[in-house]
Amino acid sequence: MVLANALNNSKKQRQPLLQVENLTKVFGSGKNEVIAVDDVSFEIYPGEIISLLGESGSGKTTTARMILRLSQPTRGRILFKGKDIQAMKGVDYWRQVQAIFQDPFSSFNSFYSVHSFLSKAFRLKGNHVSKSQQRAMMEEAMKKVGLNAEELLFKRPHELSGGQRQRLMIARALLISPELLIADEPTSMIDASSRVGILNMLMDLSRNLGMSIMFITHDIGLAYYTSDRLLIMNKGRIVERGPSVEVVENPTDEYTRRLLADVPTLSKRWAL
Amino acid sequence: MKNLLEAQNLKAYYRLVDGIQIRAVDGVTLELRPNEVLGIAGESGCGKSTLAAVISLTHNPPLHVIDGEVTANGFDLLRLPKEQARREIKGKYISVVPQGAMNALNPTQRVRNFAIDMLQEHQPDMTKQDAVDLARARLQELSLPERVLTSYPHELSGGMKQRTVIVLSTLLNPKVLIADEPTSALDVSSQRAVIRLLMTLLDEQIITSIAFITHELPLLRQVADRIAVMYAGKLVEVGTMEEIIFQPQHPYTKALMGSMLVPERHVREQRIEGIPGVPPDLKNPPAGCRFHPRCTQRIEWCTQEEPPPKTVGDRTTWCWLMH
Amino acid sequence: MGEVLVLVLRSRRFMIGAILFLAVLCFGVIGPRVTDRNPFQMVGGLFNPPSEKAILGTDNLGRDVFTQLMYGTGTSLLIGFVAGVVATGIGVTIGAVAGFKGGLVDELLMGITNVLITIPAIVVLILLSIAIRSRSAVVMGVIIGITSWPWTARAVRAQTSSLRTREHVDLARISGYTTAELIVKEILPYMFSYIFMAFILQFSAGITNEATLSMLGLGPYQTVSLGVMLHWALLWEAVRTGAWWAFLPPVVFLAVASFSLMLINAGLDEVFNPRLRKS
Repeated sequence: MVLANALNNSKKQRQPLLQVENLTKVFGSGKNEVIAVDDVSFEIYPGEIISLLGESGSGKTTTARMILRLSQPTRGRILFKGKDIQAMKGVDYWRQVQAIFQDPFSSFNSFYSVHSFLSKAFRLKGNHVSKSQQRAMMEEAMKKVGLNAEELLFKRPHELSGGQRQRLMIARALLISPELLIADEPTSMIDASSRVGILNMLMDLSRNLGMSIMFITHDIGLAYYTSDRLLIMNKGRIVERGPSVEVVENPTDEYTRRLLADVPTLSKRWAL
Repeated sequence: MKNLLEAQNLKAYYRLVDGIQIRAVDGVTLELRPNEVLGIAGESGCGKSTLAAVISLTHNPPLHVIDGEVTANGFDLLRLPKEQARREIKGKYISVVPQGAMNALNPTQRVRNFAIDMLQEHQPDMTKQDAVDLARARLQELSLPERVLTSYPHELSGGMKQRTVIVLSTLLNPKVLIADEPTSALDVSSQRAVIRLLMTLLDEQIITSIAFITHELPLLRQVADRIAVMYAGKLVEVGTMEEIIFQPQHPYTKALMGSMLVPERHVREQRIEGIPGVPPDLKNPPAGCRFHPRCTQRIEWCTQEEPPPKTVGDRTTWCWLMH
Repeated sequence: MGEVLVLVLRSRRFMIGAILFLAVLCFGVIGPRVTDRNPFQMVGGLFNPPSEKAILGTDNLGRDVFTQLMYGTGTSLLIGFVAGVVATGIGVTIGAVAGFKGGLVDELLMGITNVLITIPAIVVLILLSIAIRSRSAVVMGVIIGITSWPWTARAVRAQTSSLRTREHVDLARISGYTTAELIVKEILPYMFSYIFMAFILQFSAGITNEATLSMLGLGPYQTVSLGVMLHWALLWEAVRTGAWWAFLPPVVFLAVASFSLMLINAGLDEVFNPRLRKS
């Protein structure tokens, strides 16, 4: 605990990697106006793992999409290393900020092989990586995520299992080796026994490469296991934030309390 | 009181073209006792949903029962004429809420039509008015809003839809409710509301027992009296909730319990390891114990011969280490 | 891909359609190359009935109807094909851009499309045909094509706006793909079957549109097409004089050409939309 606090303190002194300031997203207008994200602010520090935790409709995915520049904020701004991301060149930004998506099925274009899926990653590197270098890097990345390149490299998505696809997405992120990885429900389609393996892999990557990870999830157990800090989101707002252990053990917000009470745990049986 | 439902050495395979068989349920013997919630747990593809389909008589080709029997209420269910099963068993003795049932409601019809269809299916002489009255009375009794009957499915939240489907599926007071993943895809608060409803149905003695199929062991910790753990088409361990959750014996149960991520201290105090490898292909399962390729404690026997069951008290384990 | 091919070849509708179409195509493409006759060459008198010299008789100027039918079929297929390519090309481009971009671009492009849908295409066709002086077969095809794309555009737009929300499109975007690359590489492949079917329908409609225009006297110059043959037959009162050989053969060929394409389309529809398949 002491070590973790010391680590947190040293992070606080460093410059944040990503700063989200008063981020707001409004869909529709007039009567149909929906405020999906409502004045959200937070920072992510280098090497840190955090979770943006919320139920469906909380605005967590919309927040993630804005951070990834897949959606424009209505108000507020996002700074990466102090620069407004809207002012950066797309490829320059995406070389440093990458994502793993939720659905390992719809994340693959069924017309292209694993090889061409992975080779897309090299566009962000410019053109100075030769074909044979690319091949070697792909094989290495696949090995790191526990996949056999020889067997899988020229397969089509429908020949792969959900777990293999999810690992491939991580391999793709590895090839780009970003400074921040947004992981949107990266294990929702994966069985419990394999889920931990994938999360451990991501945590090791963060530790070994100094990569920051932001999990976007509804799974409190996942967030608690992986993250240094939690941000709890409800109806477009961040209602509670803090170190994972503190938030889970001493929630102060009413919504967080209810959420935690409704999550089945092993130690207690619900009074029903 | 006798067991409400018994499966004896049940084998149910999917028969694909070219004579390929997927041995989804491969020799399962299990009973549902009176006044209990039996959890049937396992990961995707372990055969738990197939088992649910067979014991609720809702299986269809290409799924075929190859061997074994299912008995309930003195009937040999698998050899019962279809018409008789429909009139005397389904809905009245055994009711089922299949996986994703809430999304199977017809979007163009008001919810009450589901109640009417479901009641007239099993009780053809019932009038529409009687059916709706029965449904309304039951909703009142369970303090759920009556308006759901006149609503269209899209007007209800996921949790409300699922609760409605459960209430309407149990209107004829079946002894047995088979619920296949009734809370998956729901927010935690709706999940808890569904669980609360199931418990109320038991307390009010509207139903006698529940077979609760899920991949979430922490959920079974909350509701189950006994738990049966399946792996690759077979049972690996059956016991009381406390035995399975707190003192699992089978290496698979242990590993599965060990990979549960719950927001509790022990999860952060050590690195949790999942189970390396993937479940076997049920077209061609491994010899011996089906878990042996992934088992860290396997001995030579495990690769050669199937482990026979070993029963101590309420617990039965299929593992050579127990012998 | 292999499975699709097997299903296509198993579809009776597709096979009948394909055989009929290939027969018409061979007649119209190979015929003119093997015959030594010219469709404008006089071989007999006015409306001679079928005989050994002219197996389908002669037309109003004593020209051989069978030779005209071979050349005319070729020309009509060419016009239909060009019309199909142009209409599908414009429709897919406009629909994909509108559906993918959304917002103002979408509203503008779909506004234009909807206006064009409400104006009867035949009126635009007639005006365009009158305005353009030198009408070769290819120009005819282009004219027909640029008046018949709006329905394709609407359908493609609807599909694109649903496909663009898929995660692989997002993943390609954060890999630095440009909008054009996203549309071509990530969206269009998923619509390939649909686009191909739309093309077949446009092809078929192109053939019948040519016939309509040509019968009104707005057909291609210096060449014979099935529609031009009907125009002549109409002009010289072949029907009233009982010269069935002058108008019946082109009508039959028009019907077979467009019907065979419809059958191909229906067969493909069965394959790509499994719900339509009979079990």
